[in-house]
Amino acid sequence: MSLTDKDKAAVKALWAKISKSADAIGADALSRMLSVYPQTKTYFSHWPDLSPGSAPVKAHGKKVMGGVALAVSKIDDLTNGLLELSERHAFQMRVDPANFKILSHCILVVVATMFPKDFTPEAHVALDKFLSAAALALSERYR
Amino acid sequence: MVEWSEQERTIITSIFASLDYEDIGPKALSRCLIVYPWTQRYFGAFGNLYNAEAIKTNPNIAAHGIKVLHGLDRAVKNMDNIKATYAELSVLHSEKLHVDPDNFKLLSDCLTIVIAAKMGSSFTPEIQATWQKFLAVVVSALGRQYH
Repeated sequence: MSLTDKDKAAVKALWAKISKSADAIGADALSRMLSVYPQTKTYFSHWPDLSPGSAPVKAHGKKVMGGVALAVSKIDDLTNGLLELSERHAFQMRVDPANFKILSHCILVVVATMFPKDFTPEAHVALDKFLSAAALALSERYR
Repeated sequence: MVEWSEQERTIITSIFASLDYEDIGPKALSRCLIVYPWTQRYFGAFGNLYNAEAIKTNPNIAAHGIKVLHGLDRAVKNMDNIKATYAELSVLHSEKLHVDPDNFKLLSDCLTIVIAAKMGSSFTPEIQATWQKFLAVVVSALGRQYH
């Protein structure tokens, strides 16, 4: 299910509308992930505060969306563009790749709540494909 | 058996009390057919599904979306025994409709997104967790009678 030119255009168009709110999107998506999928909290046992909207959650949400922004900029070659991030997730953080799907879903929900008019079914399918492709690129170095 | 707190019951009943079935049903089903196009395999007799516009304006899909959404009413009324409540519907989806049960999750994710878009910021993480728990129980019940 690789990204067509139409998908890439749709992702870039949607990103242009939502990127100003990237930090808020990241914080909300991460907060939701930790609430809705409590097993994901196991990766953050070193944080003092895991509650929605807490300082560590906000800071990390911002970082994650920085990664999404990078992926958008490297949309024509996600594998190479996200290679370094893949190594970090694989060897340092050792995040089970099943969790990428979980966080992607939370990002989609947040975009739906914040941009209901822009998040049409057409935009949704493009963003879902893009996040899946980015997750695949992030899994590249695992084994 | 699934445990529901008072707060969770309130969340689910209140979402359904204010639900516009004629709006949300068609939106959820058409979004599913657009975002996960392979789900169209079950709707060969529904007419033109050629592109997103056709799907969004297809009256058969709209009617079916409303029907499916009302199908959730039973679960809301029988939250303590969703598994038994859906036994017959599960057999129907397995034996007669031959629906791959993985599709239930796809539709439930689209329904979540449509509800999220409607509720905006009032679709809090806590409400999302309860909503997704409810749908997960329904999805599990619908898949239960497959063999």
